[in-house]
Amino acid sequence: MVGRSVITLDDLSVRQIRELIRKAAYIDEHRKQVAHTCDGRVLATLFYEPSTRTRLSFETAMLRLGGQVIGFAGTQQSSVAKGESIADTLKTVSNYVDIAAIRHPKEGAALVAARAASVPVVNAGDGGHMHPTQTLADLATLQSRFGRVTDLTIGLCGDLTFGRTVHSLIETLCRFGDVRFVLISPEELRTPQYVLDRIDATPSCSYVEVRDLASVIGDLDALYMTRVQKERFFNEDDYLRLRDTYILDSRKLRHARPDMAVLHPLPRVNEIAVEVDGDPRAAYFEQVNNGMLMRMALMSSLIGDDLPGYVPLDSKEVRA
Amino acid sequence: MEVTSIQDGIIIDHVPAGTALKVLDYLRIDPATTRLALIMNTTSQRYGSKDIIKIEDVSDIDLDVLGLVAREATVDIVRGGAIVRKVSPHLPEHVVNVITCKNPRCVTTTERGIDQMFHLTHSERQEYRCDYCDEEAKL
Repeated sequence: MVGRSVITLDDLSVRQIRELIRKAAYIDEHRKQVAHTCDGRVLATLFYEPSTRTRLSFETAMLRLGGQVIGFAGTQQSSVAKGESIADTLKTVSNYVDIAAIRHPKEGAALVAARAASVPVVNAGDGGHMHPTQTLADLATLQSRFGRVTDLTIGLCGDLTFGRTVHSLIETLCRFGDVRFVLISPEELRTPQYVLDRIDATPSCSYVEVRDLASVIGDLDALYMTRVQKERFFNEDDYLRLRDTYILDSRKLRHARPDMAVLHPLPRVNEIAVEVDGDPRAAYFEQVNNGMLMRMALMSSLIGDDLPGYVPLDSKEVRA
Repeated sequence: MEVTSIQDGIIIDHVPAGTALKVLDYLRIDPATTRLALIMNTTSQRYGSKDIIKIEDVSDIDLDVLGLVAREATVDIVRGGAIVRKVSPHLPEHVVNVITCKNPRCVTTTERGIDQMFHLTHSERQEYRCDYCDEEAKL
């Protein structure tokens, strides 16, 4: 994994993803021991559009590993405002840093960046396309709640057309296999055919498409809620009409299993009522923590800095 | 319909009916400056109807591009008035600078100096997707 870029999770094998999940759990339990893993390293956070949460998560992850951070948030004060291409920015920044995280409103921007850079590039979200570290956070949360990411019935609710986190999660879970998907969305925001094809192509996985959340919530191990994102619509009327289609509140949650986990990539607008936050099934703030831990695991792995005291999956299996 | 045979060139047969001009466009062959014959919407035993393109003085064409726009087509190489070789195009795995991504959110719409690249994702449906944004190609 050393020296590689991660633009989609297809860049990582299932085994590597499992290893990252294990590393994240190790980091969580050994925060002091790993605090100097990336001493002397520098991360560039190149955020061409606002995303406080993801940027702070990447930056905190590097700081907690002992490294330092440079970068920009928004293009106003960068060379981008002068018309510099993504490729040129990355060729320049590669000379300064050991790893870069890029967020860009254009789909495919992270691939352009990775091809131009001479250091590993992590896609921190390229428009509505991919956001692999969010999926890593989702997987780590499922793992911590259930002790596995397979043999689960997972409901995905809301914007399943434009919701990149949903597509990425489905496609990645298909690689692990043995997951039953319940796809809950209005007709206008159904899951794209190519994502359904991916499920169909996985014999151990299946899906049903439904419109009503309340009727299926009792069947779910995990419910992944999504925000209907204004920035993904060309037409504001469509956005306003569909925004409030699905709202999870205590009343609906009453029909859910006592150990169901509620996930959400955040930020939420109003699709999960605040009253749900106090429910033990609410796992979305754990996801934030897991996101940081997975970014720590990922960045240290891509740079090639070993976590002190960590025994890799391979050597453990060999020893066993 | 009779059209004079060519001496040295290429005959593209079994072109889907009505698409010959589009095929020429993708092959970057300009009908205004090339000696060629087009037979459009003629009878085909195999497909019911078809187009045929006969191009004089051209020794080869990009079979990858032809496979992309007219997978069913067959190509006859003609030398001295006789067919010396028959070839069939295949679906290319990867195409560069043939199709343009129509997704307005794709990075190819703004980034300078990058190739338009598509990869085959479903051979039965002849589905191609942009390397950058994964948008399905519209041929």
